[in-house]
Amino acid sequence: MSAYAVRAEGLGKSYRLGAATERHDTIRDLIGNAIKAPFRNFKSIKAGSSGPAGELFWALQDVSFDLKHGEVLGIIGRNGAGKSTLLKVLSRITEPTAGRAFVEGRVGSLLEVGTGFHPELTGRENVFLNGSILGMDRAYIEQRFDEIVEFAGVERFIDTVVKRYSSGMYLRLAFAVAAHLEPEVLIVDEVLAVGDAEFQRKCVGKMGEVAGHGRTVLFVSHNMGAITKLCQRAIVMASGRKVFDGTARDAVQAYLSAGAEDVAERLFDAKDGMGDETVRLLRVSVVQGAGEPVARVDIQEPFAIEMEYEAFVRFPELNIHLVLHSDEGDYVLQTTLSLAGESLTATSPGRYVARVELPAGALNAGHYWVGSHAQEPYIRWPWGRDRLLRFEVEQTSPLLARYPSGFYHGPMGPLLGRWTRSQVRAEAGQPA
Amino acid sequence: MTAAPPDALLDSADASEIATRRPNAPAATENPSHREPLVIEPAGRFPKLGAKELWSYRGLLIFLVWRDLKVRYAQTVLGAGWAIIQPVLTMVIFTVVFGRFAKVPSDGVPYPVFSLAALVPWTYFATAFAGASNSLVASTNLITKIYFPRLVIPFAPVVGSLVDFLIAFVILLATMAFYHIAPSMSAVLLVPLLVAAMVLTSAGVGCWLAALNIKYRDIKYVVPFLVQIWLYASPVAYPMSVVPARFRVLYAINPMAGVIEGFRSVLLHTSAVPWPMIGFSLLSGVVLFVTGVYYFRATERVFADVA
Repeated sequence: MSAYAVRAEGLGKSYRLGAATERHDTIRDLIGNAIKAPFRNFKSIKAGSSGPAGELFWALQDVSFDLKHGEVLGIIGRNGAGKSTLLKVLSRITEPTAGRAFVEGRVGSLLEVGTGFHPELTGRENVFLNGSILGMDRAYIEQRFDEIVEFAGVERFIDTVVKRYSSGMYLRLAFAVAAHLEPEVLIVDEVLAVGDAEFQRKCVGKMGEVAGHGRTVLFVSHNMGAITKLCQRAIVMASGRKVFDGTARDAVQAYLSAGAEDVAERLFDAKDGMGDETVRLLRVSVVQGAGEPVARVDIQEPFAIEMEYEAFVRFPELNIHLVLHSDEGDYVLQTTLSLAGESLTATSPGRYVARVELPAGALNAGHYWVGSHAQEPYIRWPWGRDRLLRFEVEQTSPLLARYPSGFYHGPMGPLLGRWTRSQVRAEAGQPA
Repeated sequence: MTAAPPDALLDSADASEIATRRPNAPAATENPSHREPLVIEPAGRFPKLGAKELWSYRGLLIFLVWRDLKVRYAQTVLGAGWAIIQPVLTMVIFTVVFGRFAKVPSDGVPYPVFSLAALVPWTYFATAFAGASNSLVASTNLITKIYFPRLVIPFAPVVGSLVDFLIAFVILLATMAFYHIAPSMSAVLLVPLLVAAMVLTSAGVGCWLAALNIKYRDIKYVVPFLVQIWLYASPVAYPMSVVPARFRVLYAINPMAGVIEGFRSVLLHTSAVPWPMIGFSLLSGVVLFVTGVYYFRATERVFADVA
């Protein structure tokens, strides 16, 4: 037996992109194209496998890593970063275009729960069917049957066809079958994002149990809390490449600061209309840690929003407003520089950085918009916009990971409230 | 009470949580797998059959067959009765249209039993290969999510249709008894051979069409025509004897021609056993099977990508 359970050497997977759809300028073009279409389609379909035409798209490129026996590896990255493709290659669902991988031991992959479930079959029949699709043999399923049904909590309905199940029951049964798969190498893709909160807690617990039993696990998730909880090590994927490999905590950190749709910083020039010849906004940034701009904020750390502006004339009073809106458009916060002291608003020509610090856990996980307004009280507003940049507060806390994202409502962080409980009486009284 | 900063609160809880959650798997090294590691790499030009692996997944094949049977007749009133109704109803229609109206000759046996002896293997063939050609596209969710030998998928309807075939075959024997026709002794030996040719042909055509279908969805529209054309190119409604002698060799390339003629000859004694034709059918059945499986294996690596 070699030292590694999984070893990937320069894995790559490319797809050929189809040509962009053409425009039909005239009816004649349209008809002409319709007539030519069968031939062209035939050519392009053929090209999909071998022909020289079409642009190559690398869904996975030059990915290498080693995974020791019993190691639990988290894989994180944005949608389309190549995580699922990597899992599909390692599960032998799709073939790599380049590179090689070695896998030692029986592989079980769980890219979706309930694959192969048939609505017309009963729960019992589906357990057997799904189990055999996942690679379990009949004797093994029989032996674990009661355990599976109990885990899913569908004892009463086990002989009912699953099309009559509620979606929750269906998912629970599906996950229960999958959870009892006992391969040496387990490949799991974001299956924890199903079911209600109670069931998700059970799933995370089950995953922890699996990971604790010396099983080698590859685990894709968007739930950063689950990643830090279940994995020792994690890799970060971006555009098909491995961009980080290290401890789960570091990987989560690296991932959070590498957001793309969310923006860490925006710079403005005269064309942007944020201000005029008297005063101008130059920069808005979301910063965390040592002051570097981040688009994704770790919910467990304090962060700050900075606004840099330049005044070209003297203002007796220039107040700076920060506003935050949630992604859903709700007003989350408005605060002003004047709250820190009236004297701060008196502005002589020069550059300033106004900084608003927010404590750790102040905001709930989610996306937020930063807006900035400048105010000459009772005179005018030199600039003002509510949506300048969007950042994300990322859930990384194992404490919150017990429940699915979205469980805690509202823009304020659930950890902001400090709970205490004291017993006010030692014994139970008579129920009313 | 002083408020602890929330991050401190988080950190302490965090640490204890991780300590309990993350036992350092000592069992890992006691998990030996003496097998050779599995190598995942771009496949070579020539695919292997993978018969050994296919055999190890026979349990899955059985489950898929069982599922198809179970689901096919779910929520139907007549259930498996449809396996009887389909060939029998077609026999009635053929008897009226071809036997009565068109006066198609039937080699000296009553037209109903003459056509039924052909319809039983034909119905098997038509349902099996049509089912197989649609099977991959219908199993997209499996192909893109789970690894297993893909051949299991088109094989399932080919095997599953045998159940309907058996039921229909019993009806055929009953019909023969009704007309006082006894099969010849050679039937015991020949019928399994003919069934083998029929199954191989269905599997071969099924593999070809299934693999083509997942890439060129045109196949979906081609299959119904193919079934029809193939029906007229086989001696189902008419006897082999009406085909001009010079076309017979060409005609015999159709493996179902030999199968159907063989069925009639050993069960109904319509002619001497057409050995050359049966041999030819078996041969072209094997060729279809081998090329079909080969083509399937050669293209299966892109199934998950094009599905």
